[in-house]
Amino acid sequence: MIEITVHGRGGQGAVTSAELMAVAAISEGKFAQAFPSFGPERRGAPVKAFARINDKPIRTREKIYKSDILVVLDPSLPKIIDIASGVKAGGVIILNTPLSEKEARKLLKGYQGRLALLDATKIAIEVLGLPITNTTMLGAFLRVTNLIDEEAMQEALKQRFGKLAEKNINALKRAIKEVKIYE
Amino acid sequence: MGKKVAKEVSIAVAEAVAQCNVDVISAYPITPQTHIVEHLSELVANGELDAEFVPVESEHAALSVCIGAAATGARVFTSTASQGLLLMYENLFIASNYRLPIVMVIANRSISGPISIWNDHSDVMTTRDAGWIQLFAENGQEAVDLIYQAYRIAEKCLLPVAVNLDGFTLTHVVEPIEFIDDELLKKYLPPLKMKYKLDPRNPITIGAIGIPEIYTESKKAQDEALKASYPVILRAWREFARLTGRKYNPVETYYMEDAEVALLIMGSLAETAMNAVDYLREKGKRVGLLRFRLWRPFPQREFIKAIGKVKALGVVDRAVSHCSTGGPVGIEVRSALYQSNKRPRVVNFIAGLSGRDVTVEDFVEMFERTYQALKEKPKAAYEIYGVKE
Repeated sequence: MIEITVHGRGGQGAVTSAELMAVAAISEGKFAQAFPSFGPERRGAPVKAFARINDKPIRTREKIYKSDILVVLDPSLPKIIDIASGVKAGGVIILNTPLSEKEARKLLKGYQGRLALLDATKIAIEVLGLPITNTTMLGAFLRVTNLIDEEAMQEALKQRFGKLAEKNINALKRAIKEVKIYE
Repeated sequence: MGKKVAKEVSIAVAEAVAQCNVDVISAYPITPQTHIVEHLSELVANGELDAEFVPVESEHAALSVCIGAAATGARVFTSTASQGLLLMYENLFIASNYRLPIVMVIANRSISGPISIWNDHSDVMTTRDAGWIQLFAENGQEAVDLIYQAYRIAEKCLLPVAVNLDGFTLTHVVEPIEFIDDELLKKYLPPLKMKYKLDPRNPITIGAIGIPEIYTESKKAQDEALKASYPVILRAWREFARLTGRKYNPVETYYMEDAEVALLIMGSLAETAMNAVDYLREKGKRVGLLRFRLWRPFPQREFIKAIGKVKALGVVDRAVSHCSTGGPVGIEVRSALYQSNKRPRVVNFIAGLSGRDVTVEDFVEMFERTYQALKEKPKAAYEIYGVKE
């Protein structure tokens, strides 16, 4: 079973991106759960959303403490949260940042594991006209993890965003091309 | 049929309610139930559901509207949680005594104080004596199926049914759900026809005063009605299994056949507890798990049968009954055992209050503590588990 945490700030669509992962996975016949960190949330405050994806029915209601995949939507979060402490051994951090690998690892307190970097804010502003990076980062997630087919995710985006889906799909595609992976 | 779709459980529940062709919905939004009534009001506003959505000023009014509407023979729905349920309180007893087939979802949440919005069972446990049929869902699929079943049971028994689902832990989770198709549902849930209802052409009185000469008889009749719902519930589940293949029992068991030590829990945390059973079974421990899906009427016979030969039983309550002889479930379980010849040691934990996570490790610990009870009788009637010292 793969466990995923999405770090973001309230209003950036962390919950939506975890939900889209589950929707796309379930549409492929996999089993999945997605859930927010339960409780009140405030715009701008750090938030987390979670997903589990499995080939078998998922039978647990525990919270997720450590994840196989960590997606960080907001470049400023590693400064205030110890992101790397939430990754399982052999896991991956997918970070929205304009930084180089060396700078990013320093920001992540010397994290040495698998790392993927993408300047998602830049793409989102150029493609969507807004610094909302959740769907862009989903592109990075698809490319880095190979857990879900791009087509299934595109379909999930269409269901969710209707008319706005096209732009989000374009951002997703650019992310798939531009994300850089460091083993 | 057979197609699983990804839905937030609250939305799925609302869609199942809509599939049941309800006539009147009246509710007041309260976390974590909000998405259920929000979605229903949306379906009504969009013309996708031909029902009356009555927005009200409080939960007291919401249940009052449901009582009035149900008395005219309408199929009704409401939903609430926590403080909202408490605000409904006096009407709960009226709904059941008037024999009204209301279906309500309780998105279980703790009660203030301290102020809290998170999940436990302290809201519903205050309504043990309200005379409603009480069901508890373990996951989203069960929540949806229990909605279909609740209407059938309520309308066959003329009693209100509460479907309990864990707030947030279930209500806010997106997971795969399989709906039954509308044609099949028509077979399972025929239109509501009430013999006695408020109708200006044929006037009757519902809710007359119960003077001392008849109050006792009224209560006895109500008690008999709730008792008589038991076989109706079993039939509703058998029929559901025949149509869908999904089996439902009053008491669900996991590895109970040869268990010597078992835990008992209600609601969604049973899923997590199963992982503790798997872990301990791999180590050769003969442990099992019980879950009450049906809480009212209390499944006495099935419970006594289900505990098999366990020597120690750990009851995991999700609510406190301050300074009583146990948690609400613990008290009932001990009382139920006393009516049988079985005498396992009972250990009563109160855990998972207000959204405190109960992990697999916690359940393993509770199993170990229940094992210890075989050697040494527990010192206290119950223990609030996991308190930070």
